[in-house]
Amino acid sequence: MRKLPLNTPTPAHSARGLAGHSAKHDSAWKHVSGQARYIDDLPMPEALLHAAVGHSEQAHARILSMDLEAVRAYPGVVAVITAKDVPGHLDIGPVFPGDLVLADDIVEHIGQPLFAVAATSHEAARKAAQLAKVEYQPLHAVVTVEQALEQQLFVRPSHTQQRGEPDQALAEAPNRLKGEQHVGGQEHFYLEGQACLVEPTEDGGMFVHTSSQHPSEVQKLVAEVLGLPIHEVQAEVRRMGGGFGGKETQAAALACTAALLANVTGRPVKYRLSRPDDIVQTGKRHDFYNTYDIGFDDDGLIQGADIMVAGRCGYSPDLSDAIVDRAMFHADNAYYLDQARVVGHRCKTHTVSNTAFRGFGGPQGMMIIEQAMDDIARHLGRDPLDIRKLNLYRPGRDTTHYGQTVEQHVLTQLMDTLETTSDYRQRRAEITAYNRSSPVLKRGLALTPVKFGISFTAKHLNQAGALVHIYTDGSIVVNHGGTEMGQGLYIKIAQVVASAFQVDLERVKVTATRTDKVANTSPTAASSGSDLNGMAALDACEKILEGLVAFAAQHWSTPAEQISFSDNQVMIGGLAVPWETFIQAAYMSRIPLWSSGFYATPKIHYDPETGTGRPFLYYANGAACSEVVVDTLTGEYRVVRTDILHDVGRSLNPEIDIGQIEGGFVQGMGWLTTEELVYSDEGRLLTTGPATYKIPAVSDCPPDLRVALLPESPNREATVFHSKAVGEPPLMLGIAVWSALRDAVASVTDYRYSPPLDTPATPERVLGAVTASQQWLNQQKETA
Amino acid sequence: MIEFVLNGRTEKVDQVDPNLSILEWLRTKMRLTGTKEGCASGDCGACTVITGTPDPQGNIRYEAINSCISLVGGLHGKELITVEAFQQEPGHPVQRSMMEKHGAQCGFCTPGIVMSLVAFHANKEGPTPDDHRLLEALSGNLCRCTGYRPIIEAGRQALVQEWTPEPSHPAASLCGTSARPELSGIPGGSVSSGTTDGLRYDAPATLAELRELRRNFPDSRLVAGSTDLALEITQQLKALPHLISVERVDELKGCTQEGDELVIGAAATYQQFRGPLSALWPAFDPMVERLGSLQIRNRGTLGGNIANASPIGDMPPPLIALDATLVLDGPDGDRRLPLEDFFHGYKQTDLKPGEFVHSVRVPVPRANEQLYIYKVSKRLDDDISAVLGAFRLTVEDGVVADCRLAFGGMAATPARAPKAEAALKGRPWNEDSVAAAIIALADDFTPMTDVRASAAYRLQVAGNLLRRALLASDANTSETLMVTDYA
Repeated sequence: MRKLPLNTPTPAHSARGLAGHSAKHDSAWKHVSGQARYIDDLPMPEALLHAAVGHSEQAHARILSMDLEAVRAYPGVVAVITAKDVPGHLDIGPVFPGDLVLADDIVEHIGQPLFAVAATSHEAARKAAQLAKVEYQPLHAVVTVEQALEQQLFVRPSHTQQRGEPDQALAEAPNRLKGEQHVGGQEHFYLEGQACLVEPTEDGGMFVHTSSQHPSEVQKLVAEVLGLPIHEVQAEVRRMGGGFGGKETQAAALACTAALLANVTGRPVKYRLSRPDDIVQTGKRHDFYNTYDIGFDDDGLIQGADIMVAGRCGYSPDLSDAIVDRAMFHADNAYYLDQARVVGHRCKTHTVSNTAFRGFGGPQGMMIIEQAMDDIARHLGRDPLDIRKLNLYRPGRDTTHYGQTVEQHVLTQLMDTLETTSDYRQRRAEITAYNRSSPVLKRGLALTPVKFGISFTAKHLNQAGALVHIYTDGSIVVNHGGTEMGQGLYIKIAQVVASAFQVDLERVKVTATRTDKVANTSPTAASSGSDLNGMAALDACEKILEGLVAFAAQHWSTPAEQISFSDNQVMIGGLAVPWETFIQAAYMSRIPLWSSGFYATPKIHYDPETGTGRPFLYYANGAACSEVVVDTLTGEYRVVRTDILHDVGRSLNPEIDIGQIEGGFVQGMGWLTTEELVYSDEGRLLTTGPATYKIPAVSDCPPDLRVALLPESPNREATVFHSKAVGEPPLMLGIAVWSALRDAVASVTDYRYSPPLDTPATPERVLGAVTASQQWLNQQKETA
Repeated sequence: MIEFVLNGRTEKVDQVDPNLSILEWLRTKMRLTGTKEGCASGDCGACTVITGTPDPQGNIRYEAINSCISLVGGLHGKELITVEAFQQEPGHPVQRSMMEKHGAQCGFCTPGIVMSLVAFHANKEGPTPDDHRLLEALSGNLCRCTGYRPIIEAGRQALVQEWTPEPSHPAASLCGTSARPELSGIPGGSVSSGTTDGLRYDAPATLAELRELRRNFPDSRLVAGSTDLALEITQQLKALPHLISVERVDELKGCTQEGDELVIGAAATYQQFRGPLSALWPAFDPMVERLGSLQIRNRGTLGGNIANASPIGDMPPPLIALDATLVLDGPDGDRRLPLEDFFHGYKQTDLKPGEFVHSVRVPVPRANEQLYIYKVSKRLDDDISAVLGAFRLTVEDGVVADCRLAFGGMAATPARAPKAEAALKGRPWNEDSVAAAIIALADDFTPMTDVRASAAYRLQVAGNLLRRALLASDANTSETLMVTDYA
C-alpha cells in the first residue's frame, strides 16, 4: 500500500481475552439478535432455484420404471435429473464405495433419493417431487442388527482385538456373568437442518456455501460428480446451526445434488431439507446389539472378558468401519479387562446409512461394560461404585486390550473427588432408606466414569492447516481448517492467536472456513477441532514471530533473547514499542506479516491386522454422578441432580468447555432416555419429526446440575497450551443417568437383581424393568 | 386486505393465501431471516415470535407463538414483534443475559429462545423470578447444544432487570408505556381476503356471519389457533382452498360460569380457559401445563382440541369424565349433546355439514366428587400422551357411589371404560375393587401399538393410573406419588 493507516498506539495493558479466559462466543451478539447468517438466511442470488428429491418408497427393490412427466410438468419446475444425468462419479462414498448421489437401478432404503428437482420455489420443488410414478420389484429387505447377524450381512469385514487367553481366563474365573443389550440409535436433530447454496462460477465450476463439518470433502465430491478438477470447486462454511457429526459426511450429498442441478440449469441452486426429509434421508447414530461374557474374582476384579459389539450400519459403509472400531476401542471404557477379546461387526441393513454422531461408536461400546459393572455389583451384593473403582486403569493395570498404555492416570482421582463432592455415600444410604419406605417412587444413584481416546483413528486425518495475517493497523485475521458448529472453536483459535502475540482478543478475527484458504482440511470431528487447528494456528504465529524477532533484533540492535511480546506491545531490551507501531515498522522493513501453519499429531499408529497400537495421542476423562426418581406405576422418571467432574486439561476457555460438558451430558442423557427411533418391520422410520422424536426439553435439565473442571491437570502431551479435547467425551457422562435408572429399579428387589434395561430407557422400558424385577421377586418367593 | 403492525410499522398485505404461514411470509417475502425454521410443525420453537392482541377493553395481550404454524390471515389487527426489533446494541436484558451466561452455542434456536424470554419478561407479574413459570415459558423451545442450564440462568437474571426502551423502539409497546397508535387505525369487524386463483380466507366477527359463511361454504375448513390444521399445510404440503377463522368471533371466546356450569367458548385458548377451569377443578392445571408448549397453549383452543377428534387429544377425556355438554352451532341453530356422544370413530364426529363447535359446558363440583387427571408421555414437556386417564369419582362412606373413567390413547376415540366403571360402582373404594376394575379394563379396551407406546404398556399404565388415584385419594398419605411432584 502507498500510505499506512494512521494508528493511535494503544497504551500498554494486559492483553484481554487470552487463552484460559472465558471469552464469549465470537458470534454471541449475532446469535441473540438474529443477525448470524445460516445458509437459508444468505441473500438470495439472482435467478435462484430450489432443490428437492424424490424418495424411494421401498427398503430394497429394483427400480423397474420411473415416470417423471408429472414432476416435470408441475408449475415452477425448471429441471429434473436422475442418475444418468451425472457427468462424473455417481458414487460419493466418503471412504468406501456404496453411496450413490441418486439411485441407479437398485434402491436400498426407504427415503433414498431417486431423482432431483429444481424449481422456482422450495414449495414447488417439494410438491413436484411427490408426483413421480415409480414401479419397483421388491427384493429381500433386512432391517435389524439381529437379522443381519443371522444372515452374516456386513458392509465391512468383522474385526477382532484380543489380548492373552480370554477363554481360559473365563473358564477359570471364580465368577462368570453373561449379558446382552440393545442400545438405540440417535437422530442428530441439529436445529438447522442440512442446507447448501451452490453458485456456478464463470469458469464452469461451483462455489458452494454449505453447512458442513467437512468442506474439503464437499469440495472434492462436488468436483467428482461434475467431473471437474478440484480447484474448480470451492466451499465455504461460516457456521452451522449444530452438527454433532451429522454434517460430517451427510452434507456432501446435498451439495452434490445442488451442484448437479446448478450445472444443468446454469443457475444458483439452494437445497435445504425440511425436517422430516432430513430425518428420513440422512444417517444417524448406529444402534448396537452388544453381548458380554465376563469373569471376575470375589471382589469383582475382572479377570477375563469376551465382548461383542454389532452396529447397524445401514445400506452402505459410510464411516461405519471406523465407528465400529471406536466402539471396540471403548468396550473397556475406563476399566482394565485383563485377558480380553473384543469382536466388532458392521451389520448391513436396508435402512439409511448410519453415520458419525458425537462419540462415534465410543458411547455404544462403553454401554456394554457399564452394564457389566452394574451386573457384577448386583451379583456380589456390592455398590456398583466400588466395582467401577476397583477395575479402573491404574499403574500396573494400565494397558488396553489393543495395547495402548494409559499414561496419565486421573480416573481414580476423578472418581474419588466426585464421590466426596457429590456426597455419594451419604446419599446412597438416604436413598436406600427412602426406597424401603416408598412403595411407588424409587430413587436411584450412579457414578460412572468416561475415558475417551483422542485422535482420528484414520491416521492421515490428524493434520491441520491455518493462515494468520497481521494487517498494518495491527489487526489480525486467522483462518483455519476447522468449522464452527456452535462449539466455540473460532473463539478458542482466536484466543490462541491473541495469546501468541499477547494482544487483546478483539484484535483477532476468525473468518469463514474456505477451501481456497486452507487446503485439504480434515473434518471438524473426533473432538479434534481445537487440538489440530489450534496447533496449526500457533505454528503460523510462531513463524511470524520468528521473523518479527529477527527484524527487531536487527532494527533495534538488540539481542533476540531480550525481545518479548506482552501487554499489547513489544519489549525490545528496555524499549517498549506499541504493537501497531511495531507492526508498521516491520511492514516498512519488508518483513512478512502473514504465514501459514501446519500440525500433524505425533506418536499415533494402529495396525488393524494385529488389532494393536497407539491409536490415540491421549485420553480425555470425566465422571458423572446422577440421581433419578422413578415412578414404578408408569415408568416415568426425572433426573433430580447431576454432579460432573471433567478433565479438559488446561482449559482454553472454561465457560465454553463447561457448555460442551453440560450440552454433551444432556445430549447423552437424551440418547439413553427419551430419544427413540422407531422403524416399522418394513424398514420405514416412523419417528420423523419432533412430535414423535423427543430430544430433551428444558424440564429435562437436572434442576440441580453441578459441573466442575478437574483443576491443575494440564495435558501431559504437547497439545495446544496443554488443553484437552472436550467435544465428544461429555456425551458419555449421560450413562450415569441410565445406570441410575437401573439402580432405582434394582431397589424393587433390594438390589439383588440387575434388571435388563435396553435403551432408550423410555418410561415404557423402565416400567418393563420394574415388572421384570417384580416377577423375579415372585419367583424367589415361589422357590423359597 | 390483512393489516397489522410489524415491529412498529403498519403492514398491509393484499391477496393473502390462506395457507401462508407467518414464518414463510417473514423469511421469503420480507427477507427477515432472524426468525428460524427448525421443524415447521410447532415443536421446536426456533420460529417463536410475539403477537400483541388487543382485547375489547383495549388492553394488549403479548404472547409467544410459533410463527411456523400460525397463519398471516390471523394477524389482522394485531402487533407482530420479531427478533429484528432487537438488533440495536446493547439490546434487551434477555439478550445481554443470554450472552453473559453463554446461553447460545450454535445460535440457531437462540432467536426463538430470546423471543420466548422477552415475552416472559413483558408478562412478568413481579420482580421475583419464578423458576416454575420460567421453565413453562421455555417449554416450547428446543436447544440441542447447551443442555439448557445457561438459558435458565439467563432467564432468571434477565427477569430481575428492567427494560426501559426509548419510545421509538420497535418493540417499546411491550413495556406497556407506549401503546401502538397504529393499531387503532386498522379497521375492525370481519376480514376477508383471497388470491387471484381463488384461495380464500375469511375471519367473520360475529356468530351470525360465521353461520352464514358456513351455510354458503359447507366445504370450507374451520380454523382457530391452527396448531393442528397448519400441519396439513407444512407437513402434508396441502393447499387448503378456503379457511374460515373463528378467532375474531367474540361470542366464541368467553369463559364464564352460568349457574352450575362453566361455559367455555370453543375459540378460547388453553391459556384463557386454564385459570377459570382449574379454579373449579384443580386437577386440570398440571395437565394443561403439559399440554403442548406455552406457544401452543397461546394459540390452541378447546374447540379445536375437541373438533379434530384425535384419539390422543388431552381435553376430551377429563371433560367426558365430568360429563360435560357440548354445544354445536350452525346454519340450523344450536343443539346440545353429551361430549362423549360426539366422537363416532377415528377422526369422525357428530358434526353435520356447516356445523361448528360453539362451547363446552362443564359442571361444577358437587359434594364428594373427586377428579384425577394423569397424563403419561415419554417427555415431560410438550409431548403427546401415550395414555391419559381421567377419573371422576363420588365416594360416599368409603363406597364408590358413582364414577366415570375416561381415557385417551386407549381407543380410536377418547372413550369411557364402562366395564371398569361397573366393577367399581357400589364397591368399596379399595385395592380389591381397583384390582377388579383393572381386569375389566382389558375388556373395555384393545389399544394399539404405535411410536408412542405398545398396546401392553398402554393397558398396564391405564390400570396403574387407577391405582395411583386410589393412593392419591387416601387423605392420610403423605407419600409423593408422581415424579413431577418430587421436589
